[in-house]
Amino acid sequence: MTYAAKNLTTGGRELIAFRVGDQEFCVNIMAVREIRGWTPATPMPHAPSYVLGVINLRGAVLPIVDLSARLGMKPAEPTVRHVIIVAQVKNQVVGLLVDAVSDILTVRDEEIQPTPDISSEFEKSFARGVLAIEGRMICLVELEAVFPHEEREAA
Amino acid sequence: MDMNEIKEIFFQECEEQLAELESGLLKLNDGDRDPETVNAVFRAVHSIKGGAGAFGLDDLVSFAHVFETTLDCVRSNRLEPNQDVLKVMLKSADVLADLTNAARDGGSVDQARSRQLIKELEALANGELPQASAAEPALKAAAPAPAPVVAPPVNEEGFQPVAFSFEDFEADEPALIEATCYEIVFRPKSELYAKGNDATLLLRDLSRLGEMSIHCDTDGMPPLDRMNPEAAYFSWKISLKTDKGEDAIRSVFEFAEWDCDLDIALAGGSAVDASEELPMQPVPFDLSMLDDAPAGSADEEEQITTRDRDAAVSAAETASNVLQMAQSSTRAPAEAQRSATAAASAAAQQAASAATPTIRVDLDRVDRLINLVGELVINQAMLSQSVIENDTNGTSSINMGLEELQQLTREIQDSVMAIRAQPVKPVFQRMSRIVREIADMTGKSVRLVTEGENTEVDKTVIDKLAEPLTHMIRNAVDHGLETPEKRLAAGKSAEGTVRLTAKHRSGRIVIELADDGAGINREKVRQKAIDNDLIAADANLSDEEIDNLIFHAGFSTADKISDISGRGVGMDVVKRSIQALGGRINISSKPGQGSVFTMSLPLTLAVLDGMVVTVANQTLVVPLTAIVETLQPEASAIHSFGATQRLISIRNSFCPLVDVGRILNFRATQANPVEGVALLVESEGGGQRALMVDAIQGQRQVVIKSLEANYTHVPGIAAATILGDGRVALILDVDAIVAASRGQSLKPEMSLAAAG
Amino acid sequence: MKKRVLTVDDSRTIRNMLLVTLNNAGFETIQAEDGVEGLEVLEEANPDVIVTDINMPRLDGFGFIEGVRKNDRYRAVPILVLTTESDAEKKNRARQAGATGWIVKPFDPTKLIDAIERVTA
Repeated sequence: MTYAAKNLTTGGRELIAFRVGDQEFCVNIMAVREIRGWTPATPMPHAPSYVLGVINLRGAVLPIVDLSARLGMKPAEPTVRHVIIVAQVKNQVVGLLVDAVSDILTVRDEEIQPTPDISSEFEKSFARGVLAIEGRMICLVELEAVFPHEEREAA
Repeated sequence: MDMNEIKEIFFQECEEQLAELESGLLKLNDGDRDPETVNAVFRAVHSIKGGAGAFGLDDLVSFAHVFETTLDCVRSNRLEPNQDVLKVMLKSADVLADLTNAARDGGSVDQARSRQLIKELEALANGELPQASAAEPALKAAAPAPAPVVAPPVNEEGFQPVAFSFEDFEADEPALIEATCYEIVFRPKSELYAKGNDATLLLRDLSRLGEMSIHCDTDGMPPLDRMNPEAAYFSWKISLKTDKGEDAIRSVFEFAEWDCDLDIALAGGSAVDASEELPMQPVPFDLSMLDDAPAGSADEEEQITTRDRDAAVSAAETASNVLQMAQSSTRAPAEAQRSATAAASAAAQQAASAATPTIRVDLDRVDRLINLVGELVINQAMLSQSVIENDTNGTSSINMGLEELQQLTREIQDSVMAIRAQPVKPVFQRMSRIVREIADMTGKSVRLVTEGENTEVDKTVIDKLAEPLTHMIRNAVDHGLETPEKRLAAGKSAEGTVRLTAKHRSGRIVIELADDGAGINREKVRQKAIDNDLIAADANLSDEEIDNLIFHAGFSTADKISDISGRGVGMDVVKRSIQALGGRINISSKPGQGSVFTMSLPLTLAVLDGMVVTVANQTLVVPLTAIVETLQPEASAIHSFGATQRLISIRNSFCPLVDVGRILNFRATQANPVEGVALLVESEGGGQRALMVDAIQGQRQVVIKSLEANYTHVPGIAAATILGDGRVALILDVDAIVAASRGQSLKPEMSLAAAG
Repeated sequence: MKKRVLTVDDSRTIRNMLLVTLNNAGFETIQAEDGVEGLEVLEEANPDVIVTDINMPRLDGFGFIEGVRKNDRYRAVPILVLTTESDAEKKNRARQAGATGWIVKPFDPTKLIDAIERVTA
């Protein structure tokens, strides 16, 4: 996949960077369907704490995940300033609640540094590497690792 | 399009043909003798065979061939399709369906059964009618006997499909290596040209076989003024040097051999008379005969009919006489023309009366349209809501426009849903097979009568109907109907009747399954319920209540678990699957006269009539079908039971209260029933539960949205919907909620039952 | 110029197989579902050759062939009959009706194209 992406886009790959708490993350722009403002979600019974509920996205029922809670940080308290990144993960569409979208980056593969050794297994499980951009550190997140969906049948 | 897609089309078509086949056979079974019915049945099998051949599905082809042969006997009136014959044919249709499924999905079929049926079909085709068996060898003798070419491996079953053509000879016989010289005399008749053949093309193909020299004989050419432009005056003498052999030469003339004189001889050798080699005597055919026969003349019609009879008689009489048969077949064109005229007029009639044009549309497209209309409904509701919220003047023109919009939206929705609506016929047709099989297994004689097969319901419902219906039919034949002996002893006819009816009633489809069996043995049911601790020994139950006990989980009155309805599936499963469809089922029974199961189902699974309620500040939708009544609990009616359970007394009976907010984990503490509303719901097994909600917002038709598409199944929640405020509301799975509440309260319930 | 083939068959499966085979072989294909439709589209299709099934609803292959042979413009068009039988009786009937030749089903592409080439220039 990486190889193909590199060959296709001569300028490298495009990533969307966003803020969660005081950290910055990014995901592959190809996975992102749209970015929209926060709307209150309908809570789901027996859902994990990071699933805030479901919202109506033009007729589709879209689950909203608090990325802060999912990544092991303190749960978000959603406000109108929060945004939802609507992303395709495998054959499903999910909404990621983040504080704000910060940047669109174009990077070459060699600019992505391996995840530092100090991180825990948990962080390693979703981090695909880190980027150094203008003195900031941005963590590249693998969405499929954030949503392992082990409870669902494999497609 | 590739072959796999065509194969998929083939299997779709098979399904249609199988349905056509079965309904045709059932019509014949009911005494229908319309030749078109027989033709349709024949065509269905023929069509399956043709497609199966193209995909090399040999099992399917060989069975279809035998079946087709027997059907051809019916078609040509050599075999009377009486009940016994149709019994074999209906079973054969079942096997054909099995073979089709096996070809599609893999898996195997009951070989013994299909072999047995092949024998029976062949017996019908050969043995039953003497004139049929007399005609058969004649046909076989006339055919150029493909057997020596390919040894049929399944010959003991009487048939092996052999695609026969002259190319086969070429392929199977070692090619002559030495080039041989042939002298060929080719004299075309005018018929050759009338049938679209062309001497030039034949000579062209011939020249491809080897070295060739041609001499054209124009002696037959008349003077120009007497020349008929359509007649054949030329003949050719050809010498050909080829290593391909005589068969290759004949194969060039394969299409033309009857419309020409053809002599092929080895150069310097003796002539080989073409006619000796041909499968049949060349038949002189006069095209003018066609032109002279006026299509509509009544006299001619009658004359032809007489001729037909003559032809039939002569065909039978002279079956062994190839020559005479060939003569009688010259009458075939007249007959064909007559049938063509008849068919054309039948087609015209059909067009004038019933034949409404149809189009075939991808289901995906319809589904997309239905989804879009769902959006439209939601949007319209949202728009209405925001207008109402922002508009202080209730009679504004906007409001009136909105009402019209609402009306239109509802109409569009109904029309779009109608596109996906389909008659229950295919499902009902499948049931007739189930009946046949169980009747066979139980040794009972059963007649299935269906009514209202054209009642339409959404495809999503149809797809889910077959399974519960199958169990119910099995149950009706296995448990409901008596054995023929018992029936006769009870003064009934030996043959039991199962009646399957569909009709629309107040926006739902009602399906009734009635048998004329012994009815429910209430004493036995009651005893069984007591033995299983379902009811107290001294419980006072009405007949209806006893009858409905059969829907209890794990309840079965059959003394021995039979192979048929004892496949671990009881009526409780039937009831649950019907409830899962938003339906209800109940039974009424009269001892000695039989039982009637009535189920009512929503017409679609795309929308649902729901009651919108509030629970712990969340909006939920409860399917209206589940709700028996709503009530406002009074403090005096609430009774605590055990540590956590509460009961509500309704008309002197106690009904467990189910705290929906607690079960869904929406709140940490128990709700106060007096502050809310109780929804009395019927739960699995017939018992009632009171679901506690905080408030009722109203009733509404909602569009059902899948939660699973982007999330996962949530226990206690059936699906989601989008309400007028644009927010998602969850649709309650009432059965699951009740089951969950029972899980917590299982012990008190048991002791309650024991205590009476 | 592409040769035009009119195929007449009530089976969607066979129609599609003919279509794929003929298109791959560089023919232009016009389809009809039965004899009645075959006659209806005849003028418009203006075929160089016709391939027809025998067993069809409304109007069978025999009737269809006769219909074509009565049409002054198309009576000389070669007509090939698709038949599952190598049965001489069926061929005989097809010939009586005016068929030019036949193709024994199950046909393979080669067989089909061969037969068409044999009857067309």
